[in-house]
Amino acid sequence: MRYAIGEFREGLLIAFNAIRANKMRSILTALGIIIGIVSVTLMGTAIEGLNRAFNKSIAAIGADVLYVQKWPWGGGEEWWKIRNRRDIRIQQAKALQKQAVFARSVSPAAGTRRQAKYGKTVLENVVIVGTNDEFPITMGVNIAFGRFFTTGESDGGRPVAVIGSEVAVNLFPNENPIAKTIKLGNGNYRIVGVLDKQGSILGMESLDNRAYIPINRFFKDFGNRRGGIQIMVKAISLKDLDEAKEEVRGIMRKARGVRPKQADDFAINQQEIIIQTFNAIGVVIAGVGLFITGLSLFVGGIGIMNIMFVSVTERTREIGVRMAIGAPRRTILQQFLLESAALCLMGGIIGLMISFPLSLVIDQILPTAMPLSIVAIAILVSLFVGVVSGFLPAYRASRLDPVDALRYE
Amino acid sequence: MSTVIRLNNITKIYHVGSEDVHALQSVTLEIQRNEYVAIMGPSGSGKSTMMNIIGCLDTPTSGLYELNQINVSEMNDNQLARIRNKEIGFVFQTFNLLARSDVLHNVELPLIYGGVGSSERKKLAREAIGRVGLTERIHHKPNELSGGQRQRVAIARALVTQPSILLADEPTGNLDSKTGDEIMALFDLLQKEGNTIILVTHEEYIAEHTDRIIRLRDGHIEADHAVQNKRVINPLDVTEK
Repeated sequence: MRYAIGEFREGLLIAFNAIRANKMRSILTALGIIIGIVSVTLMGTAIEGLNRAFNKSIAAIGADVLYVQKWPWGGGEEWWKIRNRRDIRIQQAKALQKQAVFARSVSPAAGTRRQAKYGKTVLENVVIVGTNDEFPITMGVNIAFGRFFTTGESDGGRPVAVIGSEVAVNLFPNENPIAKTIKLGNGNYRIVGVLDKQGSILGMESLDNRAYIPINRFFKDFGNRRGGIQIMVKAISLKDLDEAKEEVRGIMRKARGVRPKQADDFAINQQEIIIQTFNAIGVVIAGVGLFITGLSLFVGGIGIMNIMFVSVTERTREIGVRMAIGAPRRTILQQFLLESAALCLMGGIIGLMISFPLSLVIDQILPTAMPLSIVAIAILVSLFVGVVSGFLPAYRASRLDPVDALRYE
Repeated sequence: MSTVIRLNNITKIYHVGSEDVHALQSVTLEIQRNEYVAIMGPSGSGKSTMMNIIGCLDTPTSGLYELNQINVSEMNDNQLARIRNKEIGFVFQTFNLLARSDVLHNVELPLIYGGVGSSERKKLAREAIGRVGLTERIHHKPNELSGGQRQRVAIARALVTQPSILLADEPTGNLDSKTGDEIMALFDLLQKEGNTIILVTHEEYIAEHTDRIIRLRDGHIEADHAVQNKRVINPLDVTEK
């Protein structure tokens, strides 16, 4: 043990002496590792930024929203059984609203297509959505101007409406729609707000050709004979989605009186496909990016190996002397491994010192931070590169014949 | 007197291309504790091979080599490294000091490989440096020392583990004659203090410091005789520069 410590300290001392004695050479050699570590850590930081941006946009398109519905997305179950399921009811939405801890907001939704009319202008096939005042939070939509309807208006089933941007443009080409009264189906509604433009789902159905009214009003004016409603539950965060899903399942089963051994008679849908797609893209980008930057680290490693071969050749005689006075082969191997590891570690640390300020620059473009894991990985990787690229030269040194090594000129 | 080195029928064959070179042929030899021996011979006589085998840097092709009654002729590399560390002190013609380390570190190096703890190591190294008279240069680098001083450092390094034999290969070969005399005076002194010393040399006047000369030719021992007119340098004649 004591031998191992003494040997290790001697090895470190030799390593630092050797690096110091050949300053220029050491710096040039370490430059390969420095560049490698800088590019790998910056790539890691950029990937972290991309992930954060992904998560943000996933949240924006509702990937953190659970859709409680009668029908599961993607099918797979026997349709005739599902058809006989009881409809989802507004009471269940209220139960979720009261009990779900992992839910940021809960919005019921019922929909139908009707005519919208203002003065002489008529729009056919406008989707009328009955929902509650939390809808903007649940679906992550913004109000362009005016406001969404209030809790009071929602609970009281007031005849107010918030319209999509397309409806606004078509019905009110030259007017401010706020406080105007329009006809949806047969009922009159006062417009309180207009939503931001949202675009369409996969280029098909426009999300802007819609009008939102309090769900209690919806039941009154349009009835709800077919299909019942659906309930959207927004999780506190994307991370809590699974917990939220379990919680929603429990509350729904209780609210619907499902007995313990019975299967769910409702479906909880989520935008898993979107999440999976995004994750797959993320993995590909990360893989390709780290591979390319990893190549520069590899080249750096080759530089280290080259210079270690030079170092071993230069010090053949010294190796012979050390062997003559009793250093076993293992010690010689360790000495050169330590030297190359120290060289790479130095490069890695300098690389980190360069890439950290650069990551702050990236942060200005793509909100991110250098993850601690990247720092740890960078240090471990540079050590690893040092040991791997130092091994062959070190092994060659340790296999030298002491007699030949002592005679080497 | 106990036997330190016993070579019995030692043969060493090198393969050079398709030819076998018999560097040593059935050499048998004993060296006792505290003997002062010179191994002489022209180049190609096998004296380097003999030194490498005695110094456990190389193993014989056949024959038995006992160092302190221990058979070392069949040891593996690690065991040989250990034996070299404990039992043998090398002094080379070209000193072979570590250029980037100071005197103290050069001298304590064998103790590091011997697993001696730091404080004990420093103490032993200082003692050895004191014995060769370089206490004042303890933190000097080899390039700040004269040739004679460098060889003294090398001798201190060889002594520090208190080895069974000091094995010196042309120790004065790179020194002027005056400095060479100083180094020989030091060897004479060390032998009087009880060390076993083997010198490999081709200089008669160096060999005459010893008590016994072994002459090699073509891998055989040609002669093995006591020295008649032993050269003695009065230590008082040699003062340190």
